[in-house]
Amino acid sequence: MNPFFSRIMALTAGDRQADRVVPPTGFTVKLTVFTSAAMAFLAVFALALSMATGRLADRWSDALARTATVRISAPEGQMQAQTDAVLNVLSTTPGVSEARVLTDEEQRALLTPWFGPDLPIDSLPLPQLIELTEDSNGYDAEGLRLRLSAEAPGAVLDDHTRWRRPLVRAAGRLRTLGWISILLIGLTTAAMITLSANAALAANAKLIRVLRLVGARDVYIARAFVRRFTGRALQGAAVGTICGMIAVALLPGEDSAGGFLTGLGFKGFGWIIPLFIPPLAGFVAFWATRAAALRVLKEIN
Amino acid sequence: MIELDKVAHSYGGGELLSDITLRLAHGSFHFLTGPSGAGKTTLLKLCYGDLMPSAGHVRLFEQDVRNMSRDEVARIRRRIGVVHQDCQFLDHLSLAENVMLPLVVAGKDPAEEEQNLADLLGWVGLAKQAHSLPPELSGGERQRAALARAVIMSPDVIIADEPTGNVDWDMSLRILQLLVELNKMGKTILIATHDLNLIRAAKAQVAARVLRIKDRRVQLAGADL
Ligand SMILES: Nc1ncnc2c1ncn2[C@@H]1O[C@H](COP(=O)(O)OP(=O)(O)OP(=O)(O)O)[C@@H](O)[C@H]1O
Ligand SMILES: [Mg+2]
Repeated sequence: MNPFFSRIMALTAGDRQADRVVPPTGFTVKLTVFTSAAMAFLAVFALALSMATGRLADRWSDALARTATVRISAPEGQMQAQTDAVLNVLSTTPGVSEARVLTDEEQRALLTPWFGPDLPIDSLPLPQLIELTEDSNGYDAEGLRLRLSAEAPGAVLDDHTRWRRPLVRAAGRLRTLGWISILLIGLTTAAMITLSANAALAANAKLIRVLRLVGARDVYIARAFVRRFTGRALQGAAVGTICGMIAVALLPGEDSAGGFLTGLGFKGFGWIIPLFIPPLAGFVAFWATRAAALRVLKEIN
Repeated sequence: MIELDKVAHSYGGGELLSDITLRLAHGSFHFLTGPSGAGKTTLLKLCYGDLMPSAGHVRLFEQDVRNMSRDEVARIRRRIGVVHQDCQFLDHLSLAENVMLPLVVAGKDPAEEEQNLADLLGWVGLAKQAHSLPPELSGGERQRAALARAVIMSPDVIIADEPTGNVDWDMSLRILQLLVELNKMGKTILIATHDLNLIRAAKAQVAARVLRIKDRRVQLAGADL
């Protein structure tokens, strides 16, 4: 266990004697438990959002970036010639690892959702589709377009990027917003704990004075308050995190609808990450209370 | 032990105490008297670093209070046991816990001092009240408890502000007895009191000196008491 963590554990396990020194502060401390629970709950969602959008961005750029389609619209007689020309161009384009003419069945399968199964595909002047797969280096889309227009005037390259890029960018932004939210939640927790620690210290001015008079060092007094607030923040955050995780787990599964919203959640080892929220809240509470206490103590004789 | 060198103090208005030079030698026994409001409590506070002099120097254990860090002040207070005029207890802790407080804040294990505590509480006649809360005690009981707390760390110096203010004559004599015994063990004692009978009773047992605050200054009172 790392030294900081064991220190927190020691703090919360508590020195019973010293804990008795600070009277139970009732309401303020209950508010601390509640607020850190609420903050942890929110943090779980922000975390789930960041991780889900992160996954989404990765998946989109992975799956979509790897394939593109060339669509050939040509009069009946030229179709085969242009298809051959396109395949020829593609086979000599660096970055394209595979090019494949879609069969009539595949084309029909693509169209079925839109036109129904009874489409008389043979009698329609459908464009020919060629799916190309790029290798890890990628190809130069503009260059390929130019060559295609020279060799096969009826061919159009559709590389999905037009609609893919903004989506990947939006997913990236959402992920950033998620992390910013987590940061803000952390700072708000620190601010809230500082406020309630200040209130507790002010309410205990007489106690602090007596402790100083009998020879207590500032760190001893600070520790008594720090222990109290760190313990409560940990408790609250643990409850909030568990509630948040249950709520995320109960969200409808991704597979049932397959959209973006339903993908919100944790995957596999991702479920471990929210478990870091309570210790993090404890860490924040520890430093916030300590700083507040040492600042207040300097003013008291 | 405690030295005041041309010390003055004011709470913001005019000077309450001025030009006070005083040396409490190791093992000495001093009384401090003077009319109410003359500044006895103020002078004692200067002697345990609770107040800073507005002029002059206060040296505790050869160290100028003005140069002491807060931690040094805390450590000095473990060597000076104080009976405050208003006792200064933590009302949510039992009397026994209050008496143990200096040990607890100094990081000592209170369990090891159980016997010590029992003896001490027995001596000040508070064995039965060990588990009462301070607000449930009488004024005199609180003062005896404050004395017990002042001596539990076995300090080098004991400063007591009106330690017999609320107790009857028999108890006053018992408290005096304890202080005299502590003095015989080599502790330095400084007691603020109005009670001239107490001073007389002490003089019969130890070589006590009497300091009197008059016209903002401290004078050594003659043998007329
Ligand atoms: N914190 C303070 N701020 C301002 N004035 C104070 C403060 N403490 C005491 N005084 C004033 O200083 C004067 C001396 O007070 P002090 O408590 O030292 O008197 P004392 O000799 O101990 O009196 P008594 O015998 O009644 O205890 C009083 O007039 C009091 O009003
Ligand atoms: Mg007084």
